[in-house]
Amino acid sequence: MLSEVAARCQISNLSPVSIGGDRFTPYSPGMEAIRVEALTKRYGEMLAVDAISFAVPRGTTVGLLGGNGAGKTTTIAMLLGILIPSSGSIRILGHDMATDRFSALPRMNFSSPYIALPAKLSVAENLRVYGHLYDVSRLEARIRELSDELGLAAFIDRPAGQLSAGQKTRVALAKALINRPEVLLLDEPTASLDPDTGDFMRTRLEQYRDETGCTILLASHNMAEVERLCSQVLMLKLGRVVDRGSPHDLLSRYGREDLEEVFLDIARDRGAALRETVA
Amino acid sequence: MSLLMDRAGDRLSLSRSSPQAASLRRIWGMMYRHLALYRRSWPRLLELAYWPVLQMCIWGFTATYMATRMGTSFALAGGVLLGGVLLWEVALRSQMGVAVSFLEELWSRNLGHVFVSPLRPWELVAALIGMSMIRMLTGVLPAILLAWLLYAFNLFALGPIVVLFFANLMIMGWWVALGVVSLILRHGAGAEALAWSVLFGLTPFSAVFYPVAVLPWFLQPVALALPASHVFEGMRAAMLTGVIRWDHLAWAIGLNVAWTIAAAAVFAGQFKAARRRGALLSIGE
Repeated sequence: MLSEVAARCQISNLSPVSIGGDRFTPYSPGMEAIRVEALTKRYGEMLAVDAISFAVPRGTTVGLLGGNGAGKTTTIAMLLGILIPSSGSIRILGHDMATDRFSALPRMNFSSPYIALPAKLSVAENLRVYGHLYDVSRLEARIRELSDELGLAAFIDRPAGQLSAGQKTRVALAKALINRPEVLLLDEPTASLDPDTGDFMRTRLEQYRDETGCTILLASHNMAEVERLCSQVLMLKLGRVVDRGSPHDLLSRYGREDLEEVFLDIARDRGAALRETVA
Repeated sequence: MSLLMDRAGDRLSLSRSSPQAASLRRIWGMMYRHLALYRRSWPRLLELAYWPVLQMCIWGFTATYMATRMGTSFALAGGVLLGGVLLWEVALRSQMGVAVSFLEELWSRNLGHVFVSPLRPWELVAALIGMSMIRMLTGVLPAILLAWLLYAFNLFALGPIVVLFFANLMIMGWWVALGVVSLILRHGAGAEALAWSVLFGLTPFSAVFYPVAVLPWFLQPVALALPASHVFEGMRAAMLTGVIRWDHLAWAIGLNVAWTIAAAAVFAGQFKAARRRGALLSIGE
């Protein structure tokens, strides 16, 4: 039974990842929020993403782990439709992103500390702009709700450019949740935050996912964050998926105590030898 | 079925609006973004009217001086000069309205968020055009008022034809701006100087202050390919002879249609190329 389910979930020549956590559940196409097949991005001679395939079941959080230049941000940009792949396909919520991305985009959202919100606009004005863009009903009520949940009230009327890094991150999360997305793509959402603010963000993300069944794809360098939030991890290196599995699987496969050590093993090409030793 | 519910149990994640209403709301969202910016930035507001008013003062006093020295024949020519200044500002402000509003997105490094939202590229262009109209009216109306107060020059004395002159020059400003935005998408912020300069570069060929016949023979086809030269030929005919030159207006409209289609095709191509290069995330450098 398990092998049959796994075989049906298999994508390309890669091992299946389309199963939530360690619990195998019957497969159906409707359960996948994201399906990526042989996704490739080439800039001239440089191969940024090299034929990666994976699927993310609805309601789960999957982490993209990898060093700088591994292809995480490029992959997320292609998932968002802002970057056209060289080849391969992406389906999000059943919609082909090459031909039908405007059906998926209203049900998705995105957050990255590296893309700013207009600095001169107040927090409320920024949220209003994105509320209109995502056609959010009862927008003012939604802004009040987010203000309460994310603690924005003290600075809701201040220009976004005058906020601290922690406040900006809260606003970025509010923007990402304004349309109650079913799929949330996060590019290093807690980068450069102090531990307290980082924990606040992770807690809010967990709450949102648990309350709504949202699917999250998270690119991060923070191993503790990935271990806490993600049921599956894709390890990227030089644009390829070099390993995948639940955090628990990866730790036992490499015989390590935490994901940071696994990350270093893969980054320094010790992965294959360690897996053989452990086996 | 989505599990996304608000506290009252209503689904909020999916739009309830018709596609047309949602589209209008996205256009309004982008316009609201710029209007909120102007509300918080008086230098930006001041800049809108500064140059048209300055131009009107310089050319208005020049025309007044020349009229006092050369008599009534130059007074008529002075009126043509002022009409040219005012109408050319319509094209300039319309072009800058689109291009500078796009640059505001680039300067705030917000394009990444904008283009991963459901906003279609044509909706962004529609919002930029809406802002361009507001910016143009804010800039040009004080200059028109000033011309009337200081020099007793009433542009609207030409009659309803002025609306057609305005419309053609606005449309020309928009397609030129679409070309500028395409160049910014291709070359990044390095091309931003074009937002201010490109239409000034077309001034000698646009017959703003003199007829096309004055130009050397090899430049006349260039001038006649621009809608502005037909508008200004029409304006001069209306002011000097009282005749409405519908043939010039027809040419202006036809050329605007052709240039708009060409500029839209270039914009669509450059937008797709920017998506292929990943420039929408990194543009600004």
